[in-house]
Amino acid sequence: MTEETLPGPDGTFALPPLAWALDALAPAIDAETMSLHWGAHHRAYVDKLNAALAARPSLQGKSLEALLARAGTLHADVRTNAGQHWNHAFFWESMAPPGRGGAPDGALLAAIERDFGSPGGLVEAFDAAGAAHFGSGWAWLVRAGNGRLVVGTTPDEQSPLMEGAALSGTPLLVNDLWEHAYYLGYRNRRADYLAAWWQVVNWKAVGARFAAAQAA
Amino acid sequence: MRTLRPALLPALLLALAAPALAQAPEPAATGTAAAPAPVGPFALDPLPYGFDALAPVIDAETMRLHWGAHHRAYVDNLNRAVAADPALAKLSLEQMLARVSTLPKPVRDNGGGHWNHRFFWTLMTAPGTGGQPSPRLLAAIARDFGSLPAFRRQFEQAGLRQFGSGWAWLIVRPDGRLAITSTPNQDNPLMDVVPEAERGTPILGNDVWEHAYYLSYRNRRGEYLQKWWEVVNWNQVSLLFEAAQSRR
Repeated sequence: MTEETLPGPDGTFALPPLAWALDALAPAIDAETMSLHWGAHHRAYVDKLNAALAARPSLQGKSLEALLARAGTLHADVRTNAGQHWNHAFFWESMAPPGRGGAPDGALLAAIERDFGSPGGLVEAFDAAGAAHFGSGWAWLVRAGNGRLVVGTTPDEQSPLMEGAALSGTPLLVNDLWEHAYYLGYRNRRADYLAAWWQVVNWKAVGARFAAAQAA
Repeated sequence: MRTLRPALLPALLLALAAPALAQAPEPAATGTAAAPAPVGPFALDPLPYGFDALAPVIDAETMRLHWGAHHRAYVDNLNRAVAADPALAKLSLEQMLARVSTLPKPVRDNGGGHWNHRFFWTLMTAPGTGGQPSPRLLAAIARDFGSLPAFRRQFEQAGLRQFGSGWAWLIVRPDGRLAITSTPNQDNPLMDVVPEAERGTPILGNDVWEHAYYLSYRNRRGEYLQKWWEVVNWNQVSLLFEAAQSRR
C-alpha cells in the first residue's frame, strides 16, 4: 500500500477484499475473529468514513493518504474512520497464511540486523512495545526519516502517516492491539497473541514495502 | 472522596437494600477463594455477587476474566508503581487521581483501572433486583435530561461515541447538576487530566472496553449498552447520588 488509496468513481471508499480465506490464518487468528474483524469492524469504519465524507464536500475525492496527512484539521468522524480504514487495509496486507509469508531477506534482513541485532531482536522489541501499549491501538515497524528501522505504537486510530502521530515514518508492518483483534482466540492474553502472530506475518510484503521506501 | 468508599459499598448495600441481594447464591465465596494476598497497599476486593449473577446480560466467563484477570492486573500493576515510588505510598487512590497529571503514567492507567472497576462492580446486581432511581434522583434526571428514557439514550450514545477503550459516566457536577461524559482508556472524572467541564463525582459508569462485552456481544457495543440497564443497581446509584449531594 505504498501507492495512494483513492475513492471509487462514485466518490466512496470500498472495503478491500482479503487475499486469503477467513480461516486461512488459523490457528494464529481464528475464522470468527477474521469474519468479524474484516466483515464487521473494518466494514463499519469504511461505511462511517463514507458517511462522514458525504457531509463534507471539500474532502471528497481526496486519497486516504491525503486525508491522513492533514489529520489534525479533520473532524473526529473523518479522522477516526479514515485512520482505521487505512490501518486495517495495511494490516490485512501484512499477513499471509502460516508458512506462506517467507522470511526477512536481502536489504530488509540487513537493516533488521543493523537496528535490532537479529530478526529475533526485532520480534522481541515489537512484542514488548505491543504488550506495553495501554488500551486500543497499533504496534508498528516503520522506516524513520533517517533510514533506521523503528518499533513503536500509536493509540486508537492513529497511524504514522498522520501529522502529529505518536510515531512517524514509513509503515512497514503493523499489528492490531485492539481487543477485538484477539479476544475470542486469546482472551486477555495479549502477549500470547503477539507471539503467535509472527506465524502469519507476510515478510514478502514487508520486504517490498521496505524496498519501495528505500527507493523513494 | 470522603464518603464514597467503594470497598465498603457492597456491605452497605446488603445492609440497606433488597432482601434478594442478601440471598444471592454463592456470592463472595467464589471471589474470595481466588483473591490474592495483598502485596502492596491495594487489594482486589471480592465481587459482591457470583460470576454468573449478572447473566444473561453479562456472562460468567466475561465476569471471571474481567474481575479475575483484568481488574487483578490493574491492582498488581498499581502496587508495583507505588512500590517503585515511596512518595506515592502516602497518598490515597483518590488523592493520586486528583493529581494524576503529575504522576507516572502507570499510576494513571492502573490507578484509574483499579478505581473504575472497583466502582463498576458495585453498580451492578442480578437482573431485576436493582430497583429504580430514588424519587430525588429521578427528579434530577428529569430536570437535567428530560426523562429517564432520554437519559438512558444519551448515556448509550456517550458509550457508543467513545472511540476505542474507555468509559461512559453519569456524574454530579460541583454545581449539583447531573452530566453525562466519557473518558478514554482508564481515565475517570476524578482525574485532573480530564477537562474541567467533564469533572465531577461519578454515580454511574459503564465500561466500553471491548473486554467488557466482546464474548457475548461481539462488535455490537450498542446492544450491550442497551442490555446493561437490566443489571444496573439503581439502589446503589441513588445512594451515591445522595452522598454526592450531601457533600456539596
